[in-house]
Amino acid sequence: MLHRRDARMKLLALLAVLVAVATTQPFGLVTASGFAALLGAGLLISRLPVTGVLARAAVVLPFTVTFAGIAWLAGEAGRAFALIAKPYLSALAVLLVVATTPMPALLAAASSLGVPRMLVLVLQFLYRYLFVVAEQAQHMWVAAQCRGAALRTSHRAGRFRAASGTLAVLFARSYEKAEGIERSMLARCFDGRIRLLAPPRLGWRDLALLAFAAVAAWSWRWWVAS
Amino acid sequence: MSVLIQASDVRYRYDDGTLALDGVDFQLEEGETVALLGPNGSGKTTFVLHLTGLLQGSGEITVCGMPVRKENFAAIRAKVGMVFQDSDEQLFLPSVLEDAVFGPRNLGLPADQALAHARQALEQVGMAWAVAKAPYHLSAGEKRRVALAGVLAMSPQILVLDEPTTYLDPPTQRELIRLLKELPQAKILVTHDIAFAQALASRAVFFERGKVAALGAIDEIARRYDWRL
Amino acid sequence: MHIPDGFLSTAVWATAGAVSVPSVAYLARKSHRALDDGQTPLMGVMGAFVFAAQMINFPVGIGTSGHLVGGALLAVTLGPAAASIVMTAILTVQALLFQDGGVLALGANVFNMAIAGVLAGYLPYRYWGGSSHRKAAIFSGGFLSVFVSACLAMGQLLLSGVPMPRPVTYVSLGLFAVSALIEGGITVAVAGALERLNPSWVRAPEEKPRVGLGLILVAAMLLVSLGALFASSLPDGLERLAENLGIAGRARNLFETPLADYQARFLATDWVRKAVAGLVGLGVVYAACMLIGRAVTRRAAVSRSG
Repeated sequence: MLHRRDARMKLLALLAVLVAVATTQPFGLVTASGFAALLGAGLLISRLPVTGVLARAAVVLPFTVTFAGIAWLAGEAGRAFALIAKPYLSALAVLLVVATTPMPALLAAASSLGVPRMLVLVLQFLYRYLFVVAEQAQHMWVAAQCRGAALRTSHRAGRFRAASGTLAVLFARSYEKAEGIERSMLARCFDGRIRLLAPPRLGWRDLALLAFAAVAAWSWRWWVAS
Repeated sequence: MSVLIQASDVRYRYDDGTLALDGVDFQLEEGETVALLGPNGSGKTTFVLHLTGLLQGSGEITVCGMPVRKENFAAIRAKVGMVFQDSDEQLFLPSVLEDAVFGPRNLGLPADQALAHARQALEQVGMAWAVAKAPYHLSAGEKRRVALAGVLAMSPQILVLDEPTTYLDPPTQRELIRLLKELPQAKILVTHDIAFAQALASRAVFFERGKVAALGAIDEIARRYDWRL
Repeated sequence: MHIPDGFLSTAVWATAGAVSVPSVAYLARKSHRALDDGQTPLMGVMGAFVFAAQMINFPVGIGTSGHLVGGALLAVTLGPAAASIVMTAILTVQALLFQDGGVLALGANVFNMAIAGVLAGYLPYRYWGGSSHRKAAIFSGGFLSVFVSACLAMGQLLLSGVPMPRPVTYVSLGLFAVSALIEGGITVAVAGALERLNPSWVRAPEEKPRVGLGLILVAAMLLVSLGALFASSLPDGLERLAENLGIAGRARNLFETPLADYQARFLATDWVRKAVAGLVGLGVVYAACMLIGRAVTRRAAVSRSG
């Protein structure tokens, strides 16, 4: 059900939850399980693959566990727990929004929430060409390997030079791609301004989502703190 | 028959000094399809970029009676729809619909009218089902159709297609030929695909080293230059 | 180093956000000098390029490999303002799509890598790029972009009270230096290869070579980042400094007045006093960086338009 909600409201709800998680002090097991319950409910109504999302959020763990380990060794067990729980729950909240909202809708929402138009456009182009350029990089890398860039006989300096040559060519291709894009924009009467589609109208369900997420997260935060 | 494009003595030199066009004369009449043939680097693409002022050399070009000059760019680009070789460069917006709306919005149409044009053009190329799709997730043939729709939504009088069959499998090429045959616009095809060119064009212009080496009936030109597999 | 959410104290992430948001808005306007959206494709595609470039491994010895981070390379090709915007876009996508860095922490990560990092990566090139030490300039740009960002990130973690014994700090510093050296090497190699392909891709530095000033700036950058790191590992010192100046007390009054009763009690805790003191310290460092940044971008704009 989360998929259909308005992206602006989802972004605001995300911020409300993230700020609540970030500012709650102290952050113990009880506090964490309250936020976990809220996010778990979101996960269930989103109909996303539960284990998949839980596993995906775990990408923050290598970093956090390192620091939590140091904190634990320093005798601050409470902080160690918070250093694992807060980042994990925050990542879960971000995933919940990002996995239920197409990136273009998210960017359009960011734009109507006041993110500078230029940054939104750059993000839009970055996202559009991310996989195009990455695919190209992969092809070039495979081609370089086929020509023996990874042969045991070749020296490290040689391989270093091969890698930088590959990057330079990739840069050149990207540059040409950007010129081609600009040319195709001009060919269709581009006049200096990209007109983004207007975001859809808000429904009461969208507002209800924001209200529920914000009230739930913040009342839990206040209840725990008091 | 009225003349849509008239070009005479077009010359262009790249920044690095190579002469890309060396006095090209060209004419396009209403309703006709012309193929530009010739070896790689003979100046075909460079020439068609001059038609809408995307590159500017010396010489005279008029499109629909307007000389290709800065003050006419907007009007000329509305008349000449260009479909580029790399669809990925053409489809730069996040969704198919947004891309098809881009041209009509630039013509100054209000949003609802631009949307109507875009939907109609997507219908025409058989891509109406994909409005919400991201271009990245389309096949090469679908991308080409959407790129064409983005141009058709501006209701041009002339279509310029640069290597339109690149990356397309034979059935998809056949589909594209069928689609292009139905479109009433005058067309310029820049292509190495002689079978494709022969299926659509009656006339051909053969480029060599930045010059028009020959022009005439496409079958005649193909025979003269042994332009086949 | 991408800081995830939940690591930074409220004071730190809020301050960083409060600095980054207007800076990015300012830089967006600055790099929008063509007054249209025509150059956004290049910036977006270059962001995609940096992403893709990170897939390509550079052998650095003893079986390990590194990859490009990109701040300095973007700065010498697109110019510092545009490079900052591109890095901001990259960090945003990393935070949203790859959970690499947090969303609230984005302000801090943008400050460290897209603002301070890009600036540090560009300054040596700006003052030495035209001299015979061109390669050294690009190398130190790559080095500084990574080293400065890493030190700032570490400093923010320390300020936030993330416990870190001295030895860990030293070891991390060593690791930062190594990855900064790798970035320097990669940046020089790629910039050189780019110039061989098309000399116009690496932009000419706006300044006539001024080696002395360049050296001073580089040293200052290093000192500021190291200083920030060590100052933040000694919050007591900073706190005392702030208290001596009377800032902490005033800041506390400022915080207390508009807030409700229980929060005032909350504010009286040690944690908040530390945070406020830290905030002041961080603010000093930020202000220094911002001033340098403003001066550089303004003068760059002047010399471009002139």
